[in-house]
Amino acid sequence: MNTNTRRVQAIFRKELRDYRRSRSLTVGMAIVPALFCIQPLIQVFALPASAAAGLSHEHVLLYLLGIPAIVPAFVAAYAVAGERQQGTLEPVLTTPIRREELLLAKALAALLPSIAVACTVYALFLACVELFTLPTVASALVHPAELLAQLAFTPLLAGWTIWIAIAISTRSNDLRVAQQLASLAGLPSVAVTTLIALNVIPATLGLALAGAAVLLVLNRLGWRITSAMFDRERLITGTR
Amino acid sequence: MSKIKGLTRRSGDRFVTSGRVAVSDRKSGAPALSVHGLSKRFGDRVAFQDVSFELGHGEVFGFLGPNGAGKTTTVRTLGTLIAPTSGSATVAGIPLTPGNGVEIRRRIAIMPESPGLYLRLSVTENLACFAGLYEIPDPTDRIGRALRAVNLADRAHDTCGTLSKGLRQRVALARALLSDPQVLFLDEPTSGLDPVATREVHELIDELRQRGVAIFLTTHRLEEAERLCDRVAILNTTLRTIGRPDELRERLFAKTLTVRTFAVLPEPGRVFGGLPAVDSWHQDGAGAYVLAVSEQVVAAPAVTRALVAAGADVLSISESHHSLEDVYLELVDQDEEANRR
Repeated sequence: MNTNTRRVQAIFRKELRDYRRSRSLTVGMAIVPALFCIQPLIQVFALPASAAAGLSHEHVLLYLLGIPAIVPAFVAAYAVAGERQQGTLEPVLTTPIRREELLLAKALAALLPSIAVACTVYALFLACVELFTLPTVASALVHPAELLAQLAFTPLLAGWTIWIAIAISTRSNDLRVAQQLASLAGLPSVAVTTLIALNVIPATLGLALAGAAVLLVLNRLGWRITSAMFDRERLITGTR
Repeated sequence: MSKIKGLTRRSGDRFVTSGRVAVSDRKSGAPALSVHGLSKRFGDRVAFQDVSFELGHGEVFGFLGPNGAGKTTTVRTLGTLIAPTSGSATVAGIPLTPGNGVEIRRRIAIMPESPGLYLRLSVTENLACFAGLYEIPDPTDRIGRALRAVNLADRAHDTCGTLSKGLRQRVALARALLSDPQVLFLDEPTSGLDPVATREVHELIDELRQRGVAIFLTTHRLEEAERLCDRVAILNTTLRTIGRPDELRERLFAKTLTVRTFAVLPEPGRVFGGLPAVDSWHQDGAGAYVLAVSEQVVAAPAVTRALVAAGADVLSISESHHSLEDVYLELVDQDEEANRR
C-alpha cells in the first residue's frame, strides 16, 4: 500500500492545531510529567555527598523514560473516539483518505508533542540536578549513555503507547472510557523502565539494543493491527 | 446570488472543469449513479432493501422518506462508508466494491446532516484540511471560491465554534464543493438555514445541476424536493415509488374537478351523468361535488355547460391539486396501515 504524504500531512497539521487550542489536552499533557518528576526531584535534592558512590552504579534518570510512555496516551486516546464524539469522523471518512493514512497521521501528531514534552521535562530535570544538587551527586547521576538511551527510547516508547491508545480509541464508544483505559497502556513500559532505573534489571548495551529492536517491531505491528481494527462501518453506525 | 452566479462566469474555473468532465460522461451515456437491487441489513434489522434507480449527470434526485426509512444508510453505502449486504452499484462510473473505495470517494462528496466541523479551527483551516485530503493543487484559490459560492468569504477566519448552526451548515456545503465532485450527496442541506440562506442554497444547487453535477438530495422538506428535483424517490425501507413529482401525483391520485354551486343541485346525477371525460362523481358537502375525470381539459367545459343548462348558480370549478406532500403522506400512510394489519 502506498501512503499518500499529502493526506497524512493534512490530518497531521489539523491535529496539531486542534491540540494546541484544546486547553484540556494541553493541561493534561503538562500535568502528568509534572506529577511524575516532583517526588524524584525532592529525593535527589536531599541526597548527601556520600550517596554519590552508590549512584554511579545506578541509572536513576532512566526513570524519566516513563514520561514518554504515559504522556501520549491521553492525546492518542482522543484520536478516534474524540472525533467520533464530536461528529467529525464521518466527514473525514467520506474523503479519499485510507485508514492506514489517517491512523499514521494521528499517531505522528500525538508523537511530536509527546517527544517535545518528554525532552523538555528531561532537560529541566537535568538543569535542576546541575543547579540544585551537590556537584558530586550531579556527576554521579548523569551518565552520557543514559542521555543516548533517553533520546533513542523516547520516540519508541511513546510510539508503542500511542498505538495501544489508538487501538483502544477505535474500539471505544466513549471518549472518557478510552482515555481511562489508554492511561493504563503505558504502565508496563513504566514498570520496566523503573526496574531498570532501580537496577533490578541490569542496564546493558545488549538489553538496550534488544529493547530497541522489539519496540521497533511493536511499533510497526501496532500500525498494522490498529489499522485492521479500524472498522469504518462500526465507527459510523455503531453496529457490528 | 451574484456571487453564486459569479462561479460559472469564470471560464478557467475548476468548478467549471467539473462540468466538462460530467458533460463528457453524459455524452458517453453512462449514468452518474446506477443502483441495482441494493440492500443493507444490520443483523436481523433491514436498513433498506432491493433499492434500484439511476441518476443522470446534471440531474437533481430527491430521496424522501420517514425517519428510519434507510435514507442516510443508503447515502453512506453509496459513499463507501458501509458495505452493502447485497446488490450492486456504480458510483461516478466506478463499481461499488471494497477495493474501489478511494477512487469513488475521490469523485464524490457527501455533506452529512450534521456539519461535523472542527470547532476549534477557523473556517479556512477546516477547509484547508479537506483540500489536503482531496490533494487539491491550488487549495487557497479553491477554498476562496467555495466560500464565495456559499457567501461566507467574509467569515473565512472565524473559528467554527463561534458560527451559528446555519453558518456551520454553509461551511459544510463549501467543504462538499471543494473536491469538485461528479456526484454530490446532500443530506438535509437546508436544515437550520434561514429563508434567504435556503434560497441561496437552492440557487447553488441549480447552478451545480447546470454544470452537470449529479445531485442526490435527501430532504424532509417536500416543497424543497418539488421545487428542486427532476425526479424523486420515496423510500420506506423499500423503494415505494420513483418518478417526476407530477408523474407521481398522476400515478397516485385520480384527476378530479371540484365544483361548487350556490345551492344544492336537485338532480346532480342528471347534470353530471354521461358527460364526456367524467368517470364518476360524489357529493362532498352542501353544494360541493368532486368529479373523477379522465381529461380535465375536456371535462371542465362540458361540466360548465351542463351546470349552466341546469340553471345552477356556479361558484367555482377547479382542478384538484395534489402536492408532493400528498403523494408522500399517502404512501407512508399505506405502509403504516399495512404494518398494522
